[in-house]
Amino acid sequence: MHELSLCRSIAAIAHRAAAGRQVKVIELDVGALRQVVPHALEHCWRLVSAATDLAGAQLAVNQIPARLACRECGETTDLDDLPAMVCGPCGSTNVQVTSGDEFLVRSLEVV
Amino acid sequence: MGRFHRHDDGTVHSHEHDHDGHQHGEHAPGEPEHPEHAHEHDVGDHSGYQTGTERIEVLERIFDENDHAAAHNREQLEANGVVAVNIMSSPGSGKTSLIARSLAALQGHVRLGIVEGDIETAIDAERLGGYGAQVSLLNTGAGFGGECHLDAPMVAHALTGLDLGAIDLLLIENVGNLVCPAEFDVGAHKRVIVASVTEGEDKPLKYPVMFRVVDAVVVNKTDLLPYLDFDLDQFLANIKLVNPTARVFLVSAKTGEGLPEWLDWLHDLAPHTHVGND
Repeated sequence: MHELSLCRSIAAIAHRAAAGRQVKVIELDVGALRQVVPHALEHCWRLVSAATDLAGAQLAVNQIPARLACRECGETTDLDDLPAMVCGPCGSTNVQVTSGDEFLVRSLEVV
Repeated sequence: MGRFHRHDDGTVHSHEHDHDGHQHGEHAPGEPEHPEHAHEHDVGDHSGYQTGTERIEVLERIFDENDHAAAHNREQLEANGVVAVNIMSSPGSGKTSLIARSLAALQGHVRLGIVEGDIETAIDAERLGGYGAQVSLLNTGAGFGGECHLDAPMVAHALTGLDLGAIDLLLIENVGNLVCPAEFDVGAHKRVIVASVTEGEDKPLKYPVMFRVVDAVVVNKTDLLPYLDFDLDQFLANIKLVNPTARVFLVSAKTGEGLPEWLDWLHDLAPHTHVGND
């Protein structure tokens, strides 16, 4: 349930960025390599935001797929269910995660 | 620094800060993973907006606060010549037994400190007493029903209970959990997971984030291998799939088998030893 901690951080960021304006939507980028459960995040968000200036603000989650770039052959590999750090085309483990680690507040929709 | 602080009740408060004065340069070189390093943009003057909604671009990493606190912990440790290891595991992997064995073996060679994270009790901290190590107990139960992980502000609090100048190697025993602790940098220099052969060989694939962030995997309870269907080769192959560079130690904290390699690794992390018979 680290979603509670995460929601506290999200609330702090949104509160600061909103600078007193009412927040309708908080847009998040969540990479597939993050262990964030969207349902748990929503649930915790309601707990954390209740009775604050962010009550009623909705979370909108952009799921970012996990992708590797191979340092050997230069090819790109999309990670599906298996989280293997292996280049699909050439089998090298000399790979770099190019997306999937994201976890950020992208934007706020305010009135 | 000083953008936020944690109160005794576990709540964290953010304070307004001057965006322009926010120093990105305070990240130490070589600090782990800040790929996009995105911060909020200037939200500007919105006094002219009257109706409708407006989109404000923020682009702030949700772990920024924690990561700033972690960087601060690391600086404080380094200023005192302390190397810290964040030890994670699932509950029941034998992590506390492994730490107790490690303390017993390293006592007199390395000056040791322990940060003990536990949801409610002091049981583990008591088990780790008597080995000459400084122990700082961090009960995480004071928060919202008990935290499932240690974060950097909690560890910062725990560090205040230690005389860092008299420690070479600090072992941070995280809360037993394979999910949440993986996401939080606490300011340690190395991350270790203790797994045991009673847990199933698919663990690295089920908890890839944890297995990916660590520098070393300690596979404990190898004395039980003859009694289990556990496929050790498959387990090692699965570790390699998600983390090709992790060091792997096969140990039994009960019999002591395999411990010397693990102890050498720990010992070599400490920059220098101040005491000892060697």
